[in-house]
Amino acid sequence: MLLIPCPYCGERDETEFSYGGEAHIERPKEPDKLSDAEWADYVFMRPNSKGVLLERWVHSHGCRRWFNVARDTLTYKIHAVYKMGEKRPRVPKTDYV
Amino acid sequence: MAQTFRLPEGGQIDRAQSLGFSFDGGRYRGYGGDSLASALLANGIHFVGRSFKYHRPRGIFAAGFEEPNALVQLGEDPRTDPNQLATLVELVEGLAARSQNRWPSLDYDIGALNNLASRAFPSGFYYKTFMWPATMWMKYEHFIRHAAGMGQSPRERDPDRYDKTQAHCDVLVVGAGPAGLAAALAAARSGARVVLAEQDHLLGGALLGEAEATIGGAPALDWARAAEAELRSLPEVRVLGRTTVYGYFDHNFLTLIEKVTDHLNRKPEHLPRHRLWKLRAKQVVLATGSIERPLVFRDNDRPGIMLAGACRTYVNRYAVKPGTTAVVFTNNDSAYGAALDMQAAGIEIAAIVDLRREVIGPMSEAAEAAGLPILADHAIVATEGGRRIKRVRAAPMDPSGGQVYVSGEPIDCDLLAVSGGWSPTLHLHSQAKGEIAWNEELGCFVPGEARQAAHSAGACNAAFGLASCLAEGATAGQKAAAAAGFKAKGRKKAAPKAADHGFLPARWLWLVPSDTPLGHGGKHFHELQNDVTAADLQLALREGYRSIEHVKRYTTTGMGTDQGKTSNVNAIGIVAEATGRAVPEVGVTTFRPPFTPVTFGVFAGRDVDELLDPVRRTPMHGWHQQAGALFEDVGQWRRAWYYPRAGEDMHAAVTREVREVRRSLGIMDASTLGKIDIQGSDASELLNRIYTNAWKKLEVGRCRYGLMLGEDGMVMDDGVTARLGENHYLMTTTTGNAAPVLAHLEEYIQTEWPEFDVYCTSVTEQFATISIAGPNARRLLAELTSDIELSPNDFPHMAVRDGTVAGVPARVFRVSFTGEAAYEINVPSSFGLAVWQATMTAGEKYGITPYGTEAMHVLRAEKGFIIVGQETDGSINPIDLGMDWIVSKKKDFVGKRSLTRSDMAKPDRKQLVGILTDDPAVVLPEGAHLVERVEPQPPMAMLGHVSSSYYSPNVGRSIALALVKGGLAKKGQKLTAPLLDGRKIGCTVVDPVFFDPEGDRLRG
Ligand SMILES: [Zn+2]
Repeated sequence: MLLIPCPYCGERDETEFSYGGEAHIERPKEPDKLSDAEWADYVFMRPNSKGVLLERWVHSHGCRRWFNVARDTLTYKIHAVYKMGEKRPRVPKTDYV
Repeated sequence: MAQTFRLPEGGQIDRAQSLGFSFDGGRYRGYGGDSLASALLANGIHFVGRSFKYHRPRGIFAAGFEEPNALVQLGEDPRTDPNQLATLVELVEGLAARSQNRWPSLDYDIGALNNLASRAFPSGFYYKTFMWPATMWMKYEHFIRHAAGMGQSPRERDPDRYDKTQAHCDVLVVGAGPAGLAAALAAARSGARVVLAEQDHLLGGALLGEAEATIGGAPALDWARAAEAELRSLPEVRVLGRTTVYGYFDHNFLTLIEKVTDHLNRKPEHLPRHRLWKLRAKQVVLATGSIERPLVFRDNDRPGIMLAGACRTYVNRYAVKPGTTAVVFTNNDSAYGAALDMQAAGIEIAAIVDLRREVIGPMSEAAEAAGLPILADHAIVATEGGRRIKRVRAAPMDPSGGQVYVSGEPIDCDLLAVSGGWSPTLHLHSQAKGEIAWNEELGCFVPGEARQAAHSAGACNAAFGLASCLAEGATAGQKAAAAAGFKAKGRKKAAPKAADHGFLPARWLWLVPSDTPLGHGGKHFHELQNDVTAADLQLALREGYRSIEHVKRYTTTGMGTDQGKTSNVNAIGIVAEATGRAVPEVGVTTFRPPFTPVTFGVFAGRDVDELLDPVRRTPMHGWHQQAGALFEDVGQWRRAWYYPRAGEDMHAAVTREVREVRRSLGIMDASTLGKIDIQGSDASELLNRIYTNAWKKLEVGRCRYGLMLGEDGMVMDDGVTARLGENHYLMTTTTGNAAPVLAHLEEYIQTEWPEFDVYCTSVTEQFATISIAGPNARRLLAELTSDIELSPNDFPHMAVRDGTVAGVPARVFRVSFTGEAAYEINVPSSFGLAVWQATMTAGEKYGITPYGTEAMHVLRAEKGFIIVGQETDGSINPIDLGMDWIVSKKKDFVGKRSLTRSDMAKPDRKQLVGILTDDPAVVLPEGAHLVERVEPQPPMAMLGHVSSSYYSPNVGRSIALALVKGGLAKKGQKLTAPLLDGRKIGCTVVDPVFFDPEGDRLRG
């Protein structure tokens, strides 16, 4: 079970949080101008990457705030947490194959 | 019966405490401090079970958690546990144990015929069986399940109590052998909060089984006791005995099971039987020791064949002689230590058969000096004995190494002590995703880099000498404490002096040759619990399996309750040898939690019965109960389902309730509907983006029905939202979606539109909601309020008014889910019951009828109103429901773009329709499939399914809603519902509104 450092509350068990998938996917401003494929890419397609992923979590059973986490999907190491709207942190490059 | 095999003195047992116990009905005695296994051996009992597949007699094999054979059933229903390791069960007065996997008895076992017919159970038997037609499996299942007797679960409810607890520490030390104790001491002396967990009830680990070990010139156990005393005296240290760390999960989260009362004769009321610890440790020191491996030779499974280290433990720790005349069979130096200890205990050592070409090593040389008979470069090629070993044959190895050409000399014995080397206990390191490396010299897998904040120390880190264990433990404890922020205080204490020899030199020979070819007469078992032989492995390889993970699944090696603790390395070695690969190329199979079996009870803990899940009750719940309501669960809510009167069944009660609502007046408890208070200058904009329809022009004091989609365009929730003020709304959600809808709003507000000035607050439980519906609803409300104008002009359908109802401040919504004129009276929860009662009293003259969720469902279905989750399933969009009237073409909203994806325009999407059966008396079952063409038997092309179906007294016939492919274009078409009972029900697709399609009653 992950130990997630909520930027508002501190370290809490994973069971207090809900997962929100990849971060920094902005809802298109004018969806009507997108092709089906572009819209489907926004709604459905995610990279499922191996390595550091910037992802969203919400502290559902705590402060109920959304925030971002830089987490290695192989080692589960959390490199950084940052609030919504804050700049992406520098994260180590991984060279997993 | 006397304990004939008990030594007159010694051991970590309490001879003053004589304990009676039974095994398979026989009555025996043992001592305090005994395990069930040691007590059985003290009484001369080796034969304790039959093997899984061939039902061969099996005996106690080990002395610890690695035991593959001695699985017993403990106790009587309901306090009975299957698959308990006799080696770990502490003896208590009155303990009753039974052998498993035998029928009708251990001595006369019908399944033993499997042994004679063993060709019926080749490797992959289960795979091949499953690949037969299913009908064959049905025939064999009973036989196989009966024969594969892995004990019996209790039939009655478990009367014991289990508990869970959370804990945090700076350093968790797993294992209290020399390395673990040294680590715990070092960490604790630095001031760290330490938890030391040991599965045994005594601390000391391997030291408990050794006679001669010394630390600092004194007996090693004295050092262990002093260490324990110091640890127990420190306030920041928690020593958990009888506690197994069985799981090592992400971010140093570990799970422990503590056996709290199993060993107590009288079990105090206030204590749980077992306790689950959920522990988060900043640092972990793994000091889990090592497991001795057997040798894989012909017929190596008879009772009386034991691991050499286990024999040593029984002699030294339990003062038990596991035999009278022993043969020792080894490939390394450590078994000589066991031989010396056994000899000192009065066991005759008939021979030490050593696979190694030369007898070298400190223990070997000591044994040689003591004059023990040694046969170097020899192998045991055969064993004899039914329920106990009685003879072995030892033969010289061919100079090439891999063969034996002579049948050898017979040697009589009643004990064969075997050592095939030692494997570090890597389970937790590996569960924590740590790397594993092969050490060619030590012939074992060793821990590589740890992936979490963990340090392996001692034998589990391939440090097999005592001095190394102590030094590594101390270093690991100090490092762990330092990493957790605690610097060592004062001068570093020098590690106490101790001998430092491991088990080398050794000769690694994974499969011991016999004088007959493999598989011809006799069996070379490498896996005792699941009865897997070396020949089975080779068969799997011949049949094309290469990956060790596939070989494992095909042969079931390592898949028993012991997870192959004694067998995995041998299996990998045999596969490597047979395929000409190096061991690291073959790789290692995955270690999974739990390390040893865990009682189901601890996972439940106290979360049983009324504590399983919270029950949510409305303020009027007690009234419903007194009125005789039956309840249904809607999420965690308990809602009144229907209110049967004397003599009424469900159908009669629901029919009456439905009729009465339309005839005069009904009252329903709608408090469970989700209620979200939304405020802020962007509240209107939020609703506009979240709902499919437009919200900005809604007047204050009016309500609107809204449909909420996911970004995929599928219906997520619906409900009525009222505008209470310029910047103030009250949103209602379906009962089950109150929390998800709030989360949905918060997600969009926080992540997509952070510039919004808007706040959402759940007020579901702050208000009680009383819904009154029917032609007399307005008249009734008029009697309860004096400050709300009720004329249809002043208070039209879809409006909201604040005022006083029954003397209580109230907010009244004129909304309807029944198609009748209806009011939802919201009052603060604490007034809910009082207002309900006042409403009931005032409504008597109208024959006011309380109705439950079932009548509500019928009433709304008569009107063709959907229920989210019943007419929708996450794959239904508003157009499918014929609700395009509520979808704005102008503004953007969540899910809008998805509605114009090409897939959404497909004509064969499932769409909502009404269904009328040809026979109006027939009520289709919900879930019934609808087809266009009936085939004599399934499969048939399915067009859709019935989502709601009721008898409607107001329509005077059965009605149903269904989702049918292309349904909107199929109105008037005939379909058939073929039912499970063989009936084929003809029906017609119709519009889904069955009652008052113009909605006149609503506005009255
Ligand atoms: Zn938080």
